[in-house]
Amino acid sequence: MEWIIALVIGVMTASGVYLVLRARTFPVVLGLTLLSYAVNVFLFTMGRLQVGQAAIISPNATAYTDPLPQALVLTAIVIAFGMTAFLIVLALKARSELGNDHVDGLSYVAEEQAVKSRQKAGN
Amino acid sequence: MSSIWPVLPVLWPLVGGIALLFSRLGSLQLQRSISLLFTAGLITLTLKTLSVAVSEGHQVYLLGNWLAPFGIVLVLDKLSALMVLLTAVLSMFALLYAIAQDTDKQGEDFHTLFQIQLFGLNGAFLTGDLFNLFVFFEVLLLASYGLLLHGGGRLRTKGGLHYVVINLVGSSLFLFAVGTLYGVLGTLNMADLADKMATVSADDQGIVAAAALLLLVVFGIKAAIFPLYLWLPGAYATTSAAVAALFAIMTKVGLYAIIRVHGTLFAEQAGPLAGLHTDLLLWLGMLTLILAVFGVFAARGLKEQAAFLILASVATLLVGIGIDNNAALSASLYYLIHSTLIGGAMFLLADLVARGRGSYADKLRSAPAMARGIVMGSLFLASAIAIAGVPPLSGFFGKVLILDSAIGHPLQAWIFTVVLLGSLLMMIALARSGSILFYQVDEQGRNDGATINTKATGVMIALLMMSPLLVVAAGPVTALTEQVAQQLADSQSYIHAVLSQSAVSGK
Repeated sequence: MEWIIALVIGVMTASGVYLVLRARTFPVVLGLTLLSYAVNVFLFTMGRLQVGQAAIISPNATAYTDPLPQALVLTAIVIAFGMTAFLIVLALKARSELGNDHVDGLSYVAEEQAVKSRQKAGN
Repeated sequence: MSSIWPVLPVLWPLVGGIALLFSRLGSLQLQRSISLLFTAGLITLTLKTLSVAVSEGHQVYLLGNWLAPFGIVLVLDKLSALMVLLTAVLSMFALLYAIAQDTDKQGEDFHTLFQIQLFGLNGAFLTGDLFNLFVFFEVLLLASYGLLLHGGGRLRTKGGLHYVVINLVGSSLFLFAVGTLYGVLGTLNMADLADKMATVSADDQGIVAAAALLLLVVFGIKAAIFPLYLWLPGAYATTSAAVAALFAIMTKVGLYAIIRVHGTLFAEQAGPLAGLHTDLLLWLGMLTLILAVFGVFAARGLKEQAAFLILASVATLLVGIGIDNNAALSASLYYLIHSTLIGGAMFLLADLVARGRGSYADKLRSAPAMARGIVMGSLFLASAIAIAGVPPLSGFFGKVLILDSAIGHPLQAWIFTVVLLGSLLMMIALARSGSILFYQVDEQGRNDGATINTKATGVMIALLMMSPLLVVAAGPVTALTEQVAQQLADSQSYIHAVLSQSAVSGK
């Protein structure tokens, strides 16, 4: 089971990093979401992989799984959720204010205008 | 007995933030009074916590009365007390300036965000748990996103977007590092981590070192260390002046985290892993300093220049931390107090100048003479002297102390060359901006700037006055920073204080 989990974390992180490096805000948001998924699964595995074991002390349990990573993941999920929501709103605001969804919004517009004016001058 | 002092500076601004949420029903005047009241209260409270930390040593508060390695602890020591006090003082000036310039009228909930920002900062300074540090980082970041974007504007949105994205990537890296440390050592309490660091088997040392360096990347993003500083000029130069002044402490949170986490975890008791970050910090500090000085030269406006000056101060501090001895740490802390306050003053001044020049704003181009040019020019001169490190103001003493502690270090020649050359170049760049702004006046044009805002200028002058004050009080302040450095060097006492803290009995 370990190698599947490791592969999942690796693929998600790689995809996340690739998307974060894209030039449009939407892929960047998706990339950050994937990164946070990857880190959540990673935190989970740090308590070692156990199947069907109790996390809370009970008289019937024979073995336990580490409950702390589960608490950490819960916190991390909530925070990542809030941050993603904020980022989406910010990306929408940037889209409406800067007129495009490029991460370098303003300078991108300026460059585009410079290219156009140069083309006009050429004609 | 669990001490109450570590938790009070964290709770106080949180209560303030919640009270301000309700005060939205009232007038802006009411919100301002409440915000001022809570910030002034925070200064008094943090003065008291500093005196407790100095006289009584480590103070530990067990959250929920859970014993140390199992629950979350808040720890007050001299370093955290000093940082919390510094934050409170700086925030008072930032708040007064925001009120004087009506920054809080540009959008809603400025004061709530401001108090929550202080809540996050104080929490980050006082926590003794690595995961809790992550949580407080997120609190202070979320508040800072709100403050950074406060008032809106296209440039602000663009700078804000970069700031938010890079910090979210940083948060993911933080969790990877925390998870790795937990996976190997089975604890997240900093004292317990430090205690167990010596027992790491040879096979796992590489993994722990990787996690530690990942943490360094995370703190490096916050502190704006090369090559992770590119977000800083865009974010700081475009936000409102009061917020930029408050953010002078934000980069220092990253530096504090390096001192606290790496300094505690990788002190002598860590065995082969001890001090794995110091040489790296020294080199990165020098590299950052060089690039920051280039930035100071290349800046197109005074606000951008102020942002690069903040970066240069961070770099100088990194060099101080990288030298890694008690004297250097003590000197760095003195320089940290100076650079935080004066960096904040520089942003306020840049804003005053920009308002005075009207449509020319803070651009480094010759413009019609502004109102009260002589006053503004003199203030610029004083701030430039303080921040570039020319005698007789505090920047000079900070740098002398840092350089003095570098004597005898293997990289002594490098440190002296970079720091001194950096100061010289900064001075030239500042002289150039000063002469463009105040001497090369366009005689024909008409100034369309605002008249001088007396209250705002008063706040800026008061903040700038901290520099001569730091010189006059250099004796007591350096005595305090030396005590802080000594206490930090004795990491065993930190570990002992946290792990031996007994719970409150039920009676």
